[in-house]
Amino acid sequence: MREIVIISGKGGTGKTSITGAFAHLARNKVICDLDVDAPDLHLLLRPSRERVEEFHSGYEAQIDKNECTRCGVCASMCRFGAIRETEDGVSVDPLRCEGCKVCVAFCPEDAVRFPQKHCGQWYVSSTRFGPMVHAQLFPGAENSGRLVMVLKQQAKEMARARGLDLVLCDGAPGIGCPVISSLSGTHLAVAVTEPTPSGRHDLERVAELCTHFQIAFAVIINKHDLNMDEASRIEAFCREKGYPLLARLPHDPIVTRAMIDGLVVTELPETDFSRELIRTWKRVEDLAHLGP
Amino acid sequence: MIVSVASGKGGTGKTTVTASLAAVWDGSLVAADLDVEEPNLHLFLQPIMEGCERAHLEIPVLDESRCTFCGACSELCQFKAISVMGQLVLTFPEMCHGCGGCIALCPEKALSPGRRELGEISWGLAGKARFLMGRLRIGEAMSPPFMRLVKAKLGEMMAASAGDAILDAPPGVSCPAVNAVIDSDVIVLVTEPTPFGFYDFQLAWEAFAPLGKPMGTVVNRAGLGNEDIYHFCRDKGLPILAEIPYDRSIAEAYSCGRIIADVSPELKETFISLGGKIRDLAELSSPGEVAHA
Repeated sequence: MREIVIISGKGGTGKTSITGAFAHLARNKVICDLDVDAPDLHLLLRPSRERVEEFHSGYEAQIDKNECTRCGVCASMCRFGAIRETEDGVSVDPLRCEGCKVCVAFCPEDAVRFPQKHCGQWYVSSTRFGPMVHAQLFPGAENSGRLVMVLKQQAKEMARARGLDLVLCDGAPGIGCPVISSLSGTHLAVAVTEPTPSGRHDLERVAELCTHFQIAFAVIINKHDLNMDEASRIEAFCREKGYPLLARLPHDPIVTRAMIDGLVVTELPETDFSRELIRTWKRVEDLAHLGP
Repeated sequence: MIVSVASGKGGTGKTTVTASLAAVWDGSLVAADLDVEEPNLHLFLQPIMEGCERAHLEIPVLDESRCTFCGACSELCQFKAISVMGQLVLTFPEMCHGCGGCIALCPEKALSPGRRELGEISWGLAGKARFLMGRLRIGEAMSPPFMRLVKAKLGEMMAASAGDAILDAPPGVSCPAVNAVIDSDVIVLVTEPTPFGFYDFQLAWEAFAPLGKPMGTVVNRAGLGNEDIYHFCRDKGLPILAEIPYDRSIAEAYSCGRIIADVSPELKETFISLGGKIRDLAELSSPGEVAHA
């Protein structure tokens, strides 16, 4: 079984629209949206939820005002500035609380409760392109690499149980915790970039991250005709580093049109964009050693 | 006044708006890039850098000769960063959140403060504005502790000379994004009127509205997509502070690293007006300050 993750570094380069089309083109796969913070793939695939699971992660300090003597030990030890003393008493700001338990351990009155945090939900769904695993963190919750791991694990188990040979994942922007989790154990990371200074800068960082974790890395330049000079700089970067350049996709309003209709671009009448995308997917399959 | 520019969805134009606002801002300003995973503001403001320093997180270092393997540290640690198995102690520095609990708790004083590099903070001058950015070390998973250190540096810079700050926040609506906006006075949400933009905008509204800070919307690529975003803003009483038209020439200027406010007199006027509306929004919600003014 192979696992492919589509990432980008910079947001808004077209990751999810391209992943949606790949989900249409790929055979025998489980689709997985690993952007648990601001997921969008479901807007194209319109999944029907078949299973809903609660996601709990970490704990949160809460001060029992009846037992608190306002000694100030917790506030002085909290490294996260999460404890505030007001006229109403001492309280914990849940958005700043890291869940480290230091205040619980050092409170001389045992006045700090430490309940588990309910951070979001995850789903097993069916779509017109096959099974899908996805999630939604509650807005403002801790962005959890753990939820990413839960989704990947679930997707792999489903693929194994159903005899499918691919897990196709949409990743998150950035290079931090959720992206690092989405790369763990993956066979190929495909980065979607755009020919802008931000696109190139962020591609270089996410490429370095993949090299750091020894993950095979390939590149798609989306909207390549927006700036040919920047596009050729990205191509030169790929050549120099030995990253396969999988495609140069044109800037095409078909992407937004498909999004508005809740479809993927390869479901609409063919354009240069979708024809190139079909060729691109063949190259991804070859690179990931997916049999015909 | 601290203004944070946030979005939900990535690539909607946060950095474009931040750079243009900084370019036309009236008065003393620090432009700060808090998107530490993928900082881009410097690519547009092209600051002349004046200094930089490495930022670290405090992590425990074990002195085995003092350890009695009592296990109190690993029992406290919520992040599986220290574990005691029989006569063996293993530390996992990359898992540590830097709470300092184990060091404070150890009855034998066997743990002392060490450090893990989080990234690099650098600062300089971009035209009239002072500039600040954080760049997360590649391979480092935790951006919030690093962002706290960048914000501490911002506090120093603002204390050194009065004025405003504009923060370019990371995308998303979870802890890194909340961390960026939590200490600001006004939140500007940049979106695009597409289904992805709209869905993530609603998430951003849900995440940031409980902070009780004045918020307004900038619609980028206006004319693309549909009207959902406008209906939502009307329902929630979120003012539309500016619209930037969907125009290939703007996208091309951006792709050359240009500041959008410099593209045409109309766009410059758009950002000058946006700056004024942001100030109005801040003052409306803090009547005390208006009385002083």
